[in-house]
Amino acid sequence: MDKEVDYNNKKDPLIIGGKKFNNRLFTGTGKFSSKKLIPQMLKASNSEMVTVALRRVDNNSNNRNILDYVPDNVQLLPNTSGARTAEEAVRIARIAREAGCGDFIKIEVITDQKWLMPDNEETLKATEILAEEGFIVLPYVSPDLVLARKLEDAGAAAVMPLGSPIGSHQGIKTKSMVEMLVENCEKPVIVDAGLGKPSHAAEAMEMGVDAVLVNTAISAAEDPAAAGRAFDMAVKAGRMAYLAELEEEQKFASASSPLTGFIRNK
Amino acid sequence: MSFQKILDNYQNLDTEEYFSKLKDSEIKQSLHKNSLDRYDFLNLLAPQAEKYLEKMAQIAHQKTKKWFGKTIKLYIPQYTSNYCVNQCKYCGFNINNDIKRRKLSLDEIEKEAKIISQSGMQHILILTGGSREQTPLEYIQEVIEIHKKYFSSICLEVYPMSRENYEMLIDTGADCLTIYQEVYDKEIYNKVHPAGPKSNYQFRLNAPERGAKAGFRAISIGALFGLADLEKEAFLSGLHAQYLEDNYLECDISLSLPRMNTHEGSYNQKYHLNNKKFVQFLLAYRLFLPKVGINISTRESPDFRDNLIKLGVTKMSAGSRTEVGGYLKQDKTEPQFNLNDKRSIKEVIQSIREQGYQPVFKDWEVLV
Repeated sequence: MDKEVDYNNKKDPLIIGGKKFNNRLFTGTGKFSSKKLIPQMLKASNSEMVTVALRRVDNNSNNRNILDYVPDNVQLLPNTSGARTAEEAVRIARIAREAGCGDFIKIEVITDQKWLMPDNEETLKATEILAEEGFIVLPYVSPDLVLARKLEDAGAAAVMPLGSPIGSHQGIKTKSMVEMLVENCEKPVIVDAGLGKPSHAAEAMEMGVDAVLVNTAISAAEDPAAAGRAFDMAVKAGRMAYLAELEEEQKFASASSPLTGFIRNK
Repeated sequence: MSFQKILDNYQNLDTEEYFSKLKDSEIKQSLHKNSLDRYDFLNLLAPQAEKYLEKMAQIAHQKTKKWFGKTIKLYIPQYTSNYCVNQCKYCGFNINNDIKRRKLSLDEIEKEAKIISQSGMQHILILTGGSREQTPLEYIQEVIEIHKKYFSSICLEVYPMSRENYEMLIDTGADCLTIYQEVYDKEIYNKVHPAGPKSNYQFRLNAPERGAKAGFRAISIGALFGLADLEKEAFLSGLHAQYLEDNYLECDISLSLPRMNTHEGSYNQKYHLNNKKFVQFLLAYRLFLPKVGINISTRESPDFRDNLIKLGVTKMSAGSRTEVGGYLKQDKTEPQFNLNDKRSIKEVIQSIREQGYQPVFKDWEVLV
């Protein structure tokens, strides 16, 4: 391996809520055809943080708990999926903590089941309450700089703007809005939702976002482990390209015979 | 605005005439659209669309996988009572039928809840007959209170109520509502519901909407196939689901396709939904409404249910008993309908896994 290049991002860790992550691909546990595929995917993707919907955590002793499929070295990120209000999100977060899921919490407040667009206002309210209670809060929101600042002020540990609607696989349709967050947010910016293929993830990382969260594109693939690996590679490539400070995209070709080459100062 | 306004536009729709003018090219066009309008949906319900069934199935499979993943949510019904004040001509619980009537005591409810919960099931569907006197709001609230200890999602299939009553049930801990219109054709509705509170077509039609306004997280609707013109009933059910989905964004909408089986209330059926048409309707629902849930009950046979998994179904009941006291196995009544899928929960789960799907026992958390 080339010593000059840090392929594994070891010297470029991401810190969220005081915890160090050497991998910038976060994953999810939803929509797998079998829960047995989750540990395989986690291993193949090298993902160090995985989100789990508390509503799917089943403590009925007859059923195997989804948490049993997450290895100890992977940070659990319980989410409040299903919450329609800040109050419900807060209650779900507290239940998650009591259930032993730790202090990390991804806030998802969705009042629109058709497009699954997050309710930014309720998400902010929940962030204020939960950050105050010592949670490491990662709010999932529509990209909006003004809101992102408020979330940071409220104590969010990161901001998670959507790339495009959940499960739509459209990629970064919100590019210019997310760019504003990248440029102006102090806390890590993690693109969550809408990334349908590795090239989308690479594009997000090239823009300078700190991490991406990919669920459906991996879990609904015929081979989730292979998809996880592909996303891992793309995220690493995108990050390296960002750190390499590539030349900016040019609208026109750079002419070898400049039109203004004739001008000579005497 | 209520669904009635949309319904008014189509009550007189002559599907036979519409289908007679429909060209294959139009069906093909509808089939390949990303976003289908109402007439595209109707085109896919047409008898001559049957020849595109395989193509429809392929698209439905992809659309379902994209939105729901390879998962099937599981639920189980509990019949708490078969007392009824209605005279639905097709139903065995009809007040005029001389059958054994029974209502579970709260003690029995709890015993059954324990038995059901030990099977691993976490989503319960509470059913009452249509008697408000025998199973009043307070009784349903008490049942919910008990179920909260054992289950993570509580769904109700009860007689239609006011928004205020629904709100009270939600505050107690119910989160889903199931209410079938049975039949959208008003004339036939009036004929098969000659007396009792259920004869009020409008009150039933607007019940899902009142439920959505009250704040149920999920609502299931559907027509009981066998009572009226099949394509038209499917069409209106789809439009009803679309109306609710568009107007109540915070609510998950599902469609069911119950079809009458021969033993039901010895009703003389004029319309029969055969397997092929059943599949066609299910696929048309999926193509028209990619995000609605589709439920399949144990009315359908094991083999048929297994094969439907890949076609767009998102929710299935398993291990069901449709008699009052069915899980206690003592002093049972007659079933509301005859089960075709009598497999155990374990067998159903095994079957879902064999299809490459994840059975989901728990998908909510009672927060009340």
